[in-house]
Amino acid sequence: MGIIRNLSTNLTVIRQSLLRNHQKTIMSRKVHASRTEGVDKNVWVEFTQLAADYKAVNLGQGFPDFSPPEFIREAFCDAVKGGPAMHQYTRAFGHPPLVKILAKFFSRIVGHEIDPLEDILVTVGAYQALFSAFQALIDEDDEVIIVEPFFDCYQPMVVMAGGKPVYIPLRPREGSAVLSSGDWVLSAEELASKVTPRTKAIVINTPNNPLGKIYKLEELQMIADLCIKHDLLCFSDEVYEWLTYDGAKHVKIASLPGMRERTITIGSAGKSFSATGWKEAVARGFEREYEVFGTPESYFQQLPAMLHSKRQKLATCLQSAGLNPIMPEGGYFMIADISSIEVDLNDESNKDEPRDFRFVKWLIKEKGLATIPVSAFYSSEHGKEFDKYIRFCFVKEDSTLKAAEDILKKWSQKE
Amino acid sequence: MNFAWHLRNGSRLTCRSAPAACRRTFTAQHVMMSRHTHAKRIDGLDKNVWVAFTSVAADPSIVNLGQGYPDIPPPSYVKEALAKAASVDRMNQYTRGFGHPSLVKALSQVYGKVCGRQIDPFKEILVTVGGYGSLFSTMQALVEEGDEVIIIEPFFDCYVPMVRMAGGKPVLIPLRPKPGKIPTSSTDWYLDPDELSRKFNSRTKAIIINTPNNPIGKVFTRDELQVIADLCVKHDTLCFSDEVYEWLVYKGHEHVKIASLPGMWDRTITIGSAGKTFSVTGWKLGWSIGPESLIKHLQTVMQNSLYTCPTPLQEAVAQGFLLNYEMMGQPECYFSSLAEELEGKRDRLAAILQEAGMTPVVPEGGYFMLVDVTPLDQDLSHMTEDEAYDYKFVKWMIKEKKLAAIPVTAFVGEESRKHFEKYIRLCFIKQDSTLEAAGNILKNWRRV
Repeated sequence: MGIIRNLSTNLTVIRQSLLRNHQKTIMSRKVHASRTEGVDKNVWVEFTQLAADYKAVNLGQGFPDFSPPEFIREAFCDAVKGGPAMHQYTRAFGHPPLVKILAKFFSRIVGHEIDPLEDILVTVGAYQALFSAFQALIDEDDEVIIVEPFFDCYQPMVVMAGGKPVYIPLRPREGSAVLSSGDWVLSAEELASKVTPRTKAIVINTPNNPLGKIYKLEELQMIADLCIKHDLLCFSDEVYEWLTYDGAKHVKIASLPGMRERTITIGSAGKSFSATGWKEAVARGFEREYEVFGTPESYFQQLPAMLHSKRQKLATCLQSAGLNPIMPEGGYFMIADISSIEVDLNDESNKDEPRDFRFVKWLIKEKGLATIPVSAFYSSEHGKEFDKYIRFCFVKEDSTLKAAEDILKKWSQKE
Repeated sequence: MNFAWHLRNGSRLTCRSAPAACRRTFTAQHVMMSRHTHAKRIDGLDKNVWVAFTSVAADPSIVNLGQGYPDIPPPSYVKEALAKAASVDRMNQYTRGFGHPSLVKALSQVYGKVCGRQIDPFKEILVTVGGYGSLFSTMQALVEEGDEVIIIEPFFDCYVPMVRMAGGKPVLIPLRPKPGKIPTSSTDWYLDPDELSRKFNSRTKAIIINTPNNPIGKVFTRDELQVIADLCVKHDTLCFSDEVYEWLVYKGHEHVKIASLPGMWDRTITIGSAGKTFSVTGWKLGWSIGPESLIKHLQTVMQNSLYTCPTPLQEAVAQGFLLNYEMMGQPECYFSSLAEELEGKRDRLAAILQEAGMTPVVPEGGYFMLVDVTPLDQDLSHMTEDEAYDYKFVKWMIKEKKLAAIPVTAFVGEESRKHFEKYIRLCFIKQDSTLEAAGNILKNWRRV
């Protein structure tokens, strides 16, 4: 009796306070799902806001500030003007004209038949392709090997799928001067040591963001051998596949023997056609590219050729400013070593952050130049080894690069 | 996303095409591959009514009243806005992840007016890939193992698999026809308040409502929503309100937002769709609106799944909203003019069905109509698959009569199947010629 009376008194009190607080306290228990815990910070959200706030010359987030090519814009306009069907639902797993040309285009490259309806899934950007791969194939407690530096979303996506990320860093080769992304390598022994009975998959990104490394055939073979030996899946993020320099060859790991059945290869129209905001692909773009592939007409030749000179220009600028660039073999990013720069990063508000984060913020606020800190692409275990690098994006108009050059020149002259 | 089936089929093709000697090796590899199966979260979720029926109905000789999309054109100004947006370089690159600024501001304006409250465009709105994307982000952000989610039947089919994929347990409650009469209107379907309250318990995390409802077309009244709201407040649950058809409400009925009821704003996510609002289902843009304390979790899911929606589409939808904001409440406003146009089509389809001897369930909102096919008295005994009657009927009708619809049991759970399996769903946001063609097929049903 006493217990019941106590209970009902307590309940009344709780109910009353709930009613009083109902404007603010919605749930007395946790609202959000556990899968959203620990994945709420995002480097892009943080730094694009800062770059915008300070109106910095933006070599930070990776998107072109020049137009996509004419033919793709025309294809887009034609689609918009097309009949009502163009504005309504299409086939869920990919618009038929698009998957057909993707199958045709990539079959020719990999040398085996790709079935447009069974072997291809069109997604909202490569981001969603990654998300779908992790959600579909990674279970609670599966381990996923991630090669560092990695595009930042791999880690939260593995975590959100209940998996456990296992990191292995690319390291600059011992001995020789490290001037190119090709000098950053994986240790075969170290990689093999990361495999356990719970390892489900390995994620690779070639050309790599942020380093620009293009994995050579031998390097991919080493990874493939491990995948076959331990029956692992391979998620290969190849969004920058057309952006290779100096004759470096992009190799698709899925084309190696034994890999086709265990590899998901990811591509992007945004990166292929300089239209990152579309997050969709246009069949016409690929149809056109199919016809002119390998000729000087091909956008997939013209874009890397155009970016080649921008890459050179940026490297030269950085060197004269006392920053040591790592020449990328592919992609449109360049990382530079800031160790030799001595500045007073006099900001109390971020003194607990890694050095590169603090440096980037200083560079935005004091010099009006936006970049991205490279330790954002590393796990917390390894971030400290790599917090002396910052990432520049060079898929920008010459005027943008010139503005960046002016900032760097002025800065180096003052010192 | 059907990766399991996808992976399995991929390896099957490899085996089939290899010469005998290699086939041995491939078989060994295939066996080796079997160690890796799909993740448990997608187990049992691979069947999908749209995947099953849309490819069949895509044949142009079929009169398609199945999947819900218009064959009438969208307003020209949205298409123009899209072409214009794509001609601006910046509009072809990444925009703000949680929603393009001009769009979230426009949504804040329009919905601020509709709800009568200030809505923060950056903290209380998330732009997603269609209403589907908002539903997914909501479930992933707020539902997990151990949570129960109440779903009202018939329900838009994705609610159940999405709740299950998030680890939650769907708890179903059917709308029931008022006893004693044959339902002739969506108003004849109601939710039993006692039955509903018995579904709530300490594990209930949320209730999903859809108003106007797909497929019945019911528009929940203020009183009906109040019953639901009272239970949400009493049991401290969330409410996910799918209002994608909010503008398509017919004369004599009013769309009420449950989030506007006392005590509900802080616990409700309201979902809208550009595809349904502007007749551009292929653009796949939608939005979630709610309190920052909930929306921030949806934003976390967004930034780890898609990151951002296409920019030029968002810009074009923003322009569409700004234009119509000025005209809200007037007949020229697309939200009013589309409803007007569709009311005529609704009445035309209802008349066609009556002329064919059937009793349609005239909807108060949305662009679907249910009809009981019993009067057609179609013998399907030759179809021996273990499927509900409506599935068999629709498949047979597509094949033999070249008329496509959607079976209503796709929208209900196992237990409610017997109450709905004589109904098919017809979509009427179609050209008059499409509706007439359907009428001809139905009129000539008896003819071979």
